[in-house]
Amino acid sequence: MKTDTIRTGTKAMPPRPRRRGLFRLRQDIPAPIYSAAGIAVPLVLLLIWWAVTSLGIVRPLFLPSPMEIVAEGWRQLREGILWADASVSMYRILVGWLAATVIAVPIGVLMGSYRIVEGALEPLISTVRYMPVVALIPLSILWAGIGDVQKILILFLGTFFQQVLLIMDNVKNIDMNLIRAGQTLGMRNIEILMRIVIPAASPGIWDTFRITIGWTWTYLVVAELVAASEGLGRRIMDAQRYLATDTILFGTLFIGLLGLLTDVAFKRFGRAMFHWNR
Amino acid sequence: MTPPASGDTATLIAIDRVGKVYEGRGSPVVAIDEVSLDIGRNQFVAIVGTSGCGKSTLLNMVAGLDDPTSGSIAIDGRPVLGPGRDRGFVFQSYSLFDWMTVRGNIRFALEKTRMPAAEKAALVDRFIREVGLAGFEDAYPRQLSGGMRQRVAIARALVYKPAILLMDEPFGALDAQTRGMMQELLLNVWEDNRVTVMFVTHDVDEAVFLADRVIVMASRPGRVKKDIAIDIPRPRSFEVLTDPDFTRFKREILADIREETLKVMAMERP
Repeated sequence: MKTDTIRTGTKAMPPRPRRRGLFRLRQDIPAPIYSAAGIAVPLVLLLIWWAVTSLGIVRPLFLPSPMEIVAEGWRQLREGILWADASVSMYRILVGWLAATVIAVPIGVLMGSYRIVEGALEPLISTVRYMPVVALIPLSILWAGIGDVQKILILFLGTFFQQVLLIMDNVKNIDMNLIRAGQTLGMRNIEILMRIVIPAASPGIWDTFRITIGWTWTYLVVAELVAASEGLGRRIMDAQRYLATDTILFGTLFIGLLGLLTDVAFKRFGRAMFHWNR
Repeated sequence: MTPPASGDTATLIAIDRVGKVYEGRGSPVVAIDEVSLDIGRNQFVAIVGTSGCGKSTLLNMVAGLDDPTSGSIAIDGRPVLGPGRDRGFVFQSYSLFDWMTVRGNIRFALEKTRMPAAEKAALVDRFIREVGLAGFEDAYPRQLSGGMRQRVAIARALVYKPAILLMDEPFGALDAQTRGMMQELLLNVWEDNRVTVMFVTHDVDEAVFLADRVIVMASRPGRVKKDIAIDIPRPRSFEVLTDPDFTRFKREILADIREETLKVMAMERP
């Protein structure tokens, strides 16, 4: 008995410990650790920021301290500037993005469904989307004046061309057999587009919405570069003249924050809407 | 009690010297060359062959999802010009509408049917029971296993009572146990709802077990190599799988397919 055990080595060999640790390729880690890592990194950066400014290593002109940023934010909030700027900017973002979306969805769906439409439009759009939107500011003023329409036009141009190509891809990614299933059920093309293609592509399209509204936010400063009297982007450009670095930094961070909130809202809403997609 | 295994004698699907040539880069590829087949009403026909023998292409052409480059296909004497509601299709990839429930998927197939809503609902429920999905009416496809999804697809393809059911390797993505159960289920459903079936598979057991007739296709170009009547009595159950007749048919078909595979391998040798 005993010799048997020794020979086969079952007793001598301790069970091999399961490999643990946070650095296994593609392996899941506990959710609290995952979240903690995401909080820790910005916190450390904030700490470094606070340290270099309060120890006087960097002059406030180049980098104001975190407390100064908070104070600046509080001032803008108290004076009502923040709300005025934010509401004007959010209005522009919303209208610019919606205008782009309302046109990009049907065109993107058609491009993704009909090769002829893709062939006709894809080369054009792929070229246009690499043209710098900033360079179009003078033309946009000539076409749309110096009011809100011009800002919205810039946001539209920055969003539309990217969005339409992404939506085309969303539509092309659906299983071809879904379309064929519709055909074998005797459905016409328009019915297949409305009742099969669009619903099937909708989780992907929603993701495109989320990504592109983020891009619209990044174009805000460009849109408010010229002839704007208020807006979050305008505030930043004005502060440049007086070297008000606290205003610049606060504005930048605040735009980032609003962008993040938009993103989270889209994610939450999408998860509820497309529950069937797991 | 058992209906005649070979179905009615009247031809429902007439495939007449059908050819399919793909014009790719370089020389054109002949996928199918002069295939002629007559399939009787309510017959269950399985089509087997090595990959690339054009069996799926042939099925797609009968469905009207693909056009022949020569020859013609007629259903009940009328030429096939496109997909139609006289032919239901079951894909290997399930192809369910993920945003609809089980009930919604099956009901969707009835939208073009003129019928009172209550009658439609009863029909949908009957088919849900028929494929053994009672209790899962309100589940979404992503919540179901592969076998259950394919049962939804079968119900969706049959609920509007097409004359023909076209199946393209419907159980190819399922594990062996599930596949066996699905084959029996399909036969049960078929006994209750007689339709003409064209069933493409590369599984010889499956073909012999299910079909009245097995068409073995030759490769490159795809042609009909053999047309074998499977006269094993119905209703069949899994016990048929050990029947000497079953083994005899299986051996014959396996030999034919092996011959084709060797031919293709010889062609591929540099």
